[in-house]
Amino acid sequence: MTLVTGHSAALDFAQPDPVDLSSGKYVKLWQGPQHPGITGNMSLELVLDGDTIIECKTHVGYLHRGFEKLMEQRTFIQNFTVVCRIAVPEPAFNEYLYAAAIEAISGVQSPPRAQWLRTLNLEMMRLASFLMWIGGQGGAFGQYTVANWSLTYRDYVLDLFEEMTGARIYHMYMVPGGVRAGLPAGFEKRILKLMDDTDKLLDQIERVMYNNVVFKARAKGLGVITREMVDPYGVVGPNARASGFRRDLRKDEPYLVYDQLDFNVISGSAGDAYERAYLRLQETRQSVNLIRQVIAGAPSDGPFQADMPNLLHWKVPAGETYVKAECTRGEYGYYMVTDGTEIVRRVHVRGPSYTHAIALMERLAVGTNIADIAGLMVSLHTYPPEIER
Amino acid sequence: MKKTPSTLSTLENAGLSAEDQLLFSNARPRPYEPYPIKAIEDFANWARANSLWILAFGTGCCSIELRPLMTARFDASRFGVAGRPTPRQSSVFIIGGYVSVKTLKRIVRSYEQMQGPKFIIALGSCPANGGMYFDSYNTINQFDLYLPVDLYVTGCMPRPEALLGAILELQDDIKAGKCDGANRYIEHFDEYKANQKKVIKDWNMPDYNW
Amino acid sequence: MMSELLDRLVRDFGVTDITERPPAITTLKVSKENGERLIRELRDREGFTHLNFIACTDWIEDGIFRLIYMLHNYDSKQNLGVHIDIKRDHAEMTSIHTLWAQAWTYQRELREMYGIHFPGSPRLEEDFCLEGWDAMPPMRRDFDTAKYSAERFGHREGRVSLVPRDHMKVQLYPNRGGDES
Repeated sequence: MTLVTGHSAALDFAQPDPVDLSSGKYVKLWQGPQHPGITGNMSLELVLDGDTIIECKTHVGYLHRGFEKLMEQRTFIQNFTVVCRIAVPEPAFNEYLYAAAIEAISGVQSPPRAQWLRTLNLEMMRLASFLMWIGGQGGAFGQYTVANWSLTYRDYVLDLFEEMTGARIYHMYMVPGGVRAGLPAGFEKRILKLMDDTDKLLDQIERVMYNNVVFKARAKGLGVITREMVDPYGVVGPNARASGFRRDLRKDEPYLVYDQLDFNVISGSAGDAYERAYLRLQETRQSVNLIRQVIAGAPSDGPFQADMPNLLHWKVPAGETYVKAECTRGEYGYYMVTDGTEIVRRVHVRGPSYTHAIALMERLAVGTNIADIAGLMVSLHTYPPEIER
Repeated sequence: MKKTPSTLSTLENAGLSAEDQLLFSNARPRPYEPYPIKAIEDFANWARANSLWILAFGTGCCSIELRPLMTARFDASRFGVAGRPTPRQSSVFIIGGYVSVKTLKRIVRSYEQMQGPKFIIALGSCPANGGMYFDSYNTINQFDLYLPVDLYVTGCMPRPEALLGAILELQDDIKAGKCDGANRYIEHFDEYKANQKKVIKDWNMPDYNW
Repeated sequence: MMSELLDRLVRDFGVTDITERPPAITTLKVSKENGERLIRELRDREGFTHLNFIACTDWIEDGIFRLIYMLHNYDSKQNLGVHIDIKRDHAEMTSIHTLWAQAWTYQRELREMYGIHFPGSPRLEEDFCLEGWDAMPPMRRDFDTAKYSAERFGHREGRVSLVPRDHMKVQLYPNRGGDES
């Protein structure tokens, strides 16, 4: 495949010719679904020449539950317990976007305090998700110590989630019209203490993992996303920012209270796995900083839920909308069509992994060493459940 | 070893092409027979219970709680639990929540490749009765129709503490010699296989994956 | 700027039903014949370089599938949804896999979930999520997932499903036997 720069000139999207496996020169190898070096439950069908990958096909669907069909069977308020299960490590973005889509169509306004609490919840989710990702990236390059540290700290964040919402993983916290509860007593003190500890942890991780010779040698130059590839491949989020784009929905199209918070869009230039990993570490720090700002700025009293109609009979007016938010992997979006009944007509969930794990991964894997494929996969930060839903 | 009627006949392997049938074994699996001396069997069970190796196959949502379980905070290694990348070395299969049809095929394959004695822990409400996906066209509703389950853990999703509790309970059951799921599978092999084939429409693997 | 663009699209491509929708989306409708040409023009000339997604809504009562191509312009931060109606009984649409690398994945999904054909799109007939599927494409409105699930997977004896509305009525108005009025 050749790269052509320029706006109108497309990349060559032709599929490669299949190789002759019976020649004995090539080996076909399946990585996944039962494999520790794969993110979640998906699989890569690799064709190898020696230990270099010459063809990669992503297979998904192992987690397909038919969410979009199930949501067409349930009422609006029933769906709100369903949506968080779409992206397992990051349920909060689903809850927020589902609520935001309904609010956009029905015109319900959530009160200011609810918006601050939602922002807090989303940033905590981002922190938890990034901590898990750091553990995964460390593990993919053989650094299990980092995985032990960061997953433990993720668990401390989950403890705070439990205080705030009552649940560890699936919080079901953001309802259409607001949030379910305010903050418990003493929560601010505990979260600020954890943020201080997390800062120290991130410094240690930077010292141990990012300055490690092996990690540097293996991650630098791996899976380079060039600037020209970003738009035609639909690359978003940290993967695009590491290639030099300053695109962040929190800044570009501010939602919730992000326009009142002080932060900069972080971007890199090299576009390889190391740059992406380093950028995510910086964004983790940024997330810690944002949590501090939200805690300082959030009003401590006032309503956290708008007046809502009887949810058992709630008919959302006919309409159509697309709402999006910046999750840890980039643009996460909900497209919703309603027809004026008590049941949603159509919901489409747009997860960033959809493009990263299939079109982009199949391209980047070609020419990579088989030993680095797990590290490459993790460095794109993909979550299979949001691909197949 | 005592011969049961089922060991005499062989498997059809009808899902494979004639060429491939030559490559795969068509022998039937045989049930595990305990040692004739009870003290030796008890000792073996004690050893098994304290070295539970989990297959690293995250089949659904609940498997996200396996990472906290295996890392520093909950640290299941204290109980002799370790993750294993290959079914050949594992003795415990943790079904992490809902099972889609496509995954069920891989679960059957991985489970049959595991060496006995082997145990299945099913997490969450989805394997028990379909959970919140009871009307989904792609997830099964009763996992024990397809593979034998030794222990269910309730919750959506179960907490790591519940998983630790499940491991302790499984250890007790193994020590008492009560975990006979793998033998149940082999004794009722034809029924289980018929159920599996009813759901998995494109059966293109051997009837038993040795 | 947006209105100028829309005027031009009406003139050159005959787009109709231009609607502003909250929070910040413009949707418009174009015929199936002009669809691919319009999307190509938007990408190459108007800076809508990002394809958010391709989705489909089944309007079974009108006998159509409504495809939606959501485009985004990073410079002007505009969101544009292009609606294209195709007939349900002859579901076919021009493939746009040469415009974006992820487009063929969406088309593969639409092929599997709705049975829409995209001539020329690579790996279109490969399984995407489903394996060994032999029923009607599941996302069509006339596919009954609860019935299919009950027939194919069965239900465990003793499992109870409550309709929340009826259940809550009994909970809220126990004295009146769940009568709400």
